[in-house]
Amino acid sequence: MSDDTGHDPKKSRRDMLKAIGVGAGLLLLPIGRVKADKDDKTADPDYDWEKHYWGYAVDTTKCIGCLACMRACRAENDVPAGYVRTWVERYSISADGTVRVDCAKDEMKGFEEVKDEPVKSFFVPKICNHCEKSVCNQVCPVGAAYRTKDGVVLVDTQRCIGCGYCVQACPYGSRFINPTTHTADKCTLCYHRITKGMQPACVQACPKGARIFGDLADKKSPLSILLRQRRYRLLKPEMGTHPKCYYIGLDREVI
Amino acid sequence: MNFVFPNEAHVTWSVMIVLYPYITGLVAGAFIVSSLYHVFGRNELKAVSRFSLASAFVFLLFAPIPLQVHLGHPERSLNILITPNFSSAMAGFGFIYNSYLLLVVLEIWFVMRSDFIARAKGKGLVPFICRAVLLFNLHEDDATRRADHRIAKFLAGLGIPMACLLHGYVGFLFGSLKSNPWWSTALMFVIFIFSAIVSGISVLIFHYFVVSKINRWRIDQGCVRAMGRYLWGFMIIAVALELLEILSIAYKQTEEWEVLDQLIKQKLMITYVVLQFGVFSLVPFLMLAISALFKLGDRLTNALVWTSATMLLLAMIWLAIPSSGGHVNAGVRAEHRIDVSIGSATVYVNGRRLGQTPVTYVGTAGEVIEIEVRLQGYATRHERIEVRPNGTTTLTMEAQRSSESQRKLP
Repeated sequence: MSDDTGHDPKKSRRDMLKAIGVGAGLLLLPIGRVKADKDDKTADPDYDWEKHYWGYAVDTTKCIGCLACMRACRAENDVPAGYVRTWVERYSISADGTVRVDCAKDEMKGFEEVKDEPVKSFFVPKICNHCEKSVCNQVCPVGAAYRTKDGVVLVDTQRCIGCGYCVQACPYGSRFINPTTHTADKCTLCYHRITKGMQPACVQACPKGARIFGDLADKKSPLSILLRQRRYRLLKPEMGTHPKCYYIGLDREVI
Repeated sequence: MNFVFPNEAHVTWSVMIVLYPYITGLVAGAFIVSSLYHVFGRNELKAVSRFSLASAFVFLLFAPIPLQVHLGHPERSLNILITPNFSSAMAGFGFIYNSYLLLVVLEIWFVMRSDFIARAKGKGLVPFICRAVLLFNLHEDDATRRADHRIAKFLAGLGIPMACLLHGYVGFLFGSLKSNPWWSTALMFVIFIFSAIVSGISVLIFHYFVVSKINRWRIDQGCVRAMGRYLWGFMIIAVALELLEILSIAYKQTEEWEVLDQLIKQKLMITYVVLQFGVFSLVPFLMLAISALFKLGDRLTNALVWTSATMLLLAMIWLAIPSSGGHVNAGVRAEHRIDVSIGSATVYVNGRRLGQTPVTYVGTAGEVIEIEVRLQGYATRHERIEVRPNGTTTLTMEAQRSSESQRKLP
């Protein structure tokens, strides 16, 4: 910057800025490449994510608690033991109003036998709500939690640092740190299947049609028709997360 | 109805996450001590003013290590700096941490410039490093000394809000932990700052005596007495705030209190109540009070101040590790079902009647309870079980052959 050196100060400043620009560009280059590679592996080449907006519905009145969905999910997605991407909660309400909630610890064995006689009992299957304003996306410090244009919340496992902030933040308990990859893990709505025109594994496995997957962008899709015909509720709407998993026949006890 | 989602039965944030605020507490506390001299002109602290800067620097360099250990992919930790997602509170970590590190480095540079110049003369590795640190500018006169002093004072002043930010930011991150009623309080920020000052002064006193002993320095008695007085004052505020927080939760008698009450009475009785408050707070309080209020000999004062500083340092570790780790782990409410193979038995937990089976015990994860299961005609069973979220214990009851009830049967 000093004039006595004979350099034109403006020119050297411009050169420096240019060098910084090129340096920054070089730094950003590999990031773009990683994302491109990843997309190539999972998506169908003809698939256009601008044309879809995926949603999910659960008809709790149909679920029989057989846990075929959990088995299908574990087999399809290689979910480590002790963790779940989808699960089924059982609500038993006794005559005095006590509410008991439990889950099957092992989907191969099913629910434990109920000894007392509940006056009311039902099952609530749960998955990631693929929220429009997801908390996990907000709190991820490196942007590894992201939403695709077709409305699916995914984890960039190449980018995730495994800090667990998203796991702490999700109000639905949908996320966990995968003990094998040490990165955040969650339901992907079987993105590798739905982008090829297939159903998520849990939906396909359900013998009662309690899980309904579909395209909210297509007004004639079974999901869109169902949501027009039936009354539904969302889980924890007060969290302001705008979940995209719609529950039919949800009772007030459900958390 | 207390139900924990299956994935939440695993603890994601544990001890390593808790160590970080403990270390930044030492950093913030030590820096504030040096600022007391540099900014507020507390000349009695001159002897430790530079020493405290060096301590702050060393602890600050170490602070990210536990976080790295916690991460699933420590090799990617730089992603927080390269591709930060600014909607996340955690994305600010790298910037806050690094700006504070820069501030401490600059402060040390300006405060110790004369010392570096004195060591930079001559040949060898150390003088060369000193020259490199000084950017090969060894010029020094009254004007440069005045300028250095002015800048150091400004940086030390800037460092106080920065130390609060560094440490308060951690408090903010923890305050957003929904699983932890103990931490989600507005008082947390203030408690964090005051316990930071207490642990900062304690670690300085501890190190000052140890380093003086090794180097055979003469201990500055005025400085020790002053640090003892400051420590006494700040620890009163810190402990009072901590007690106030628990009292306010206890008085409100909300759902949180049911969890904390059990936690304090059972799992944390020894570590929290007896050791942290009883031994490691009350004893240093009394020792510091004696050394501050009575005129004692130098050796006795030194012994009292050093012992209480060491005890307070341990108390803060206690606060940070087992109890907070306990908060994270055991603070999770757990519902454990107790059932028997036949009929409906009466269950007693730790001597109190819980109810008829199948019955659910609501407690905290990891808690160990003693149960007694009584069913007429069957042998009474005594078991110790660990409470797990969604856990179930089913006991097999065996018929009592020689019992009265059996003999009466037709």
